[in-house]
Amino acid sequence: MSLSDRFWVELALVCYLLGFGYSVYSLATNRFLTPRITFLAICTGFLFTTIFLFDRGHAIGRCPITNRFEVLVFMTWSMVLIYLVIGSTYRLSLMGAFTAPVASALLVLAVSLSPEEETARKIKVNPWLEAHTSFSMVACGAFALACIAGIMYLIQEQQLKTRQPSSIFFRLPPITALSVANSRLLWLGFTLFTVGLATGFLIGQRIDWMQAAWSVAVWCVYGGILVARVRHAVAGKWIATLSIVAFSLLLSTFWGIRFISDRPSL
Amino acid sequence: MNIFCFGISHQTANVEVRERFAIPDSALTDSLTRLAQIRSVDESVLLSTCNRTEFYIVSPDSQLAVEPLFHDLYGPIETTESQHLFRLPAIPSIRHLFRVASGLESMVVGETEIFGQVKRAYEIAAKSGTTGRVLNRLFQKAFQVGKQVRSSTAITRGSVSVGSVAVDLAQQIFGNLAGSKIMILGAGETSERTARSFQSRGAKQLFVSNRSYDKAVALAEAMGGRAIRFDDWEQEFRDLDILVSSTAAPHAVVTRAKIEPILRTRRGRPLFIIDLAIPRDVEPTVHQLDDVYVYDLDSLRSIADRTLEARKKEMDACDSLIEKHVCDFEGWLNRVSERVISSAAIERPQT
Repeated sequence: MSLSDRFWVELALVCYLLGFGYSVYSLATNRFLTPRITFLAICTGFLFTTIFLFDRGHAIGRCPITNRFEVLVFMTWSMVLIYLVIGSTYRLSLMGAFTAPVASALLVLAVSLSPEEETARKIKVNPWLEAHTSFSMVACGAFALACIAGIMYLIQEQQLKTRQPSSIFFRLPPITALSVANSRLLWLGFTLFTVGLATGFLIGQRIDWMQAAWSVAVWCVYGGILVARVRHAVAGKWIATLSIVAFSLLLSTFWGIRFISDRPSL
Repeated sequence: MNIFCFGISHQTANVEVRERFAIPDSALTDSLTRLAQIRSVDESVLLSTCNRTEFYIVSPDSQLAVEPLFHDLYGPIETTESQHLFRLPAIPSIRHLFRVASGLESMVVGETEIFGQVKRAYEIAAKSGTTGRVLNRLFQKAFQVGKQVRSSTAITRGSVSVGSVAVDLAQQIFGNLAGSKIMILGAGETSERTARSFQSRGAKQLFVSNRSYDKAVALAEAMGGRAIRFDDWEQEFRDLDILVSSTAAPHAVVTRAKIEPILRTRRGRPLFIIDLAIPRDVEPTVHQLDDVYVYDLDSLRSIADRTLEARKKEMDACDSLIEKHVCDFEGWLNRVSERVISSAAIERPQT
């Protein structure tokens, strides 16, 4: 890995941390500061991760998801991409304040990896493997945003139930908008994950059954949440809680599973 | 040239005294014209609202007496009345106007209506030709200060009335209220006021139910809604988003036993219940149900009170911002006064 290559990721991390810091300052001082600054910081961070992925992809001649470092950066990039698309669609501007810390956390994990993990590896290009990993990664981005919408939903719900709404309550999006956003993000993530899972079986290499079982388990968990949602079997707060639990499970398992080596993953 | 502000406000007098000195809009031009005829008045603006009647005067006389002016406008003033009048010299007058325009002197701190009232008072005076260089500049500055205070501090943030708090909460649950179905249970004045607050923020689908069906029909017609017989209101509950309840019933009308089975058919849609009745119409345990949010008078009032407290805490920030503008204006006023004095000194030997 070249020095300049990693530099883009570090710059992106600084941008996300700045966006996060600004949001915290804004909320802590109870001042209505413009969310455009957070948005700008996120956009700049997104630009830097895009440059990294482009550089790295160009260097290895394939989609840059060949090790955990690249996977984490790609996951952050996917999440922010969906935020940029969905954020403006649903006008959930303050979602940026919540997206920035998650993006920061993912990139902190990435830059804290050992140097061997960051090394770019030339792997023979397999289009099915690329499709499998990239669909799965973008799905993770959507699940991350569903988790963020879930956190915001629970904050609103808690404030409404305690009847003591603070200033943050009036600055977060309406609870129904968060519920809709959470639901659509879950559907988007689930659809992409399904495609990723299906293409995983077409790679034509020996299947790692542990990884396959984990992927199917994640698919089942999210499928179960969506079934509960469609059937209105549980209240909105439980769907929000499950979105957070499922994404935490996904992230923690991700760390335990050996990612993208020379085998299909996710 | 000397600036003065004198008059009466909710801080110095009760409503009976304020009524005596209030000047209706239709009489403002006439009062300004009468003021302009007084020799010691160069410029004047008259601000008259339900909470204050204030005169902003520019005079060559540094010891301008208030009583003759008031006598001219109101006739003889009794001592019991004159003790409620206040009179401010130049710099406090400037500061006072900036605070008034910013809503800091209002009964409900941070209210925005006063800004429009100051603007209208100035426009009437400008049209009547009673403003000049100083008051034109002073009022333009006041509008600039008022806008800045509102935009850069939290003085106008939140709602301070029960009705507005209820509507704010509804918007944080449903977003746009245009598509929300609202039911008014009990056709009293409180319900009507709250329903009108909802309508002012875009609510369109309104249902009214009352024990006396005729009253429900009358209110529904007045508000462009639909009347529902009291025995049928539960049937409409399935599609409802907001319930405003204010019946005179001595017991709970909306009970958990009634609501729980209906909730299962609502497909997880939130339900916002505003209980404005005393004794309460809604059983307290209804709030514990998933996706149901019940707010009674006390909880709404507590939010409104906290907002007002927060606004009061914000006053220091507003005052320091205002103080900068007062200094700026004072500097300008001194420069203009010096120029007037020196030009008068030059003209004197020629005459």
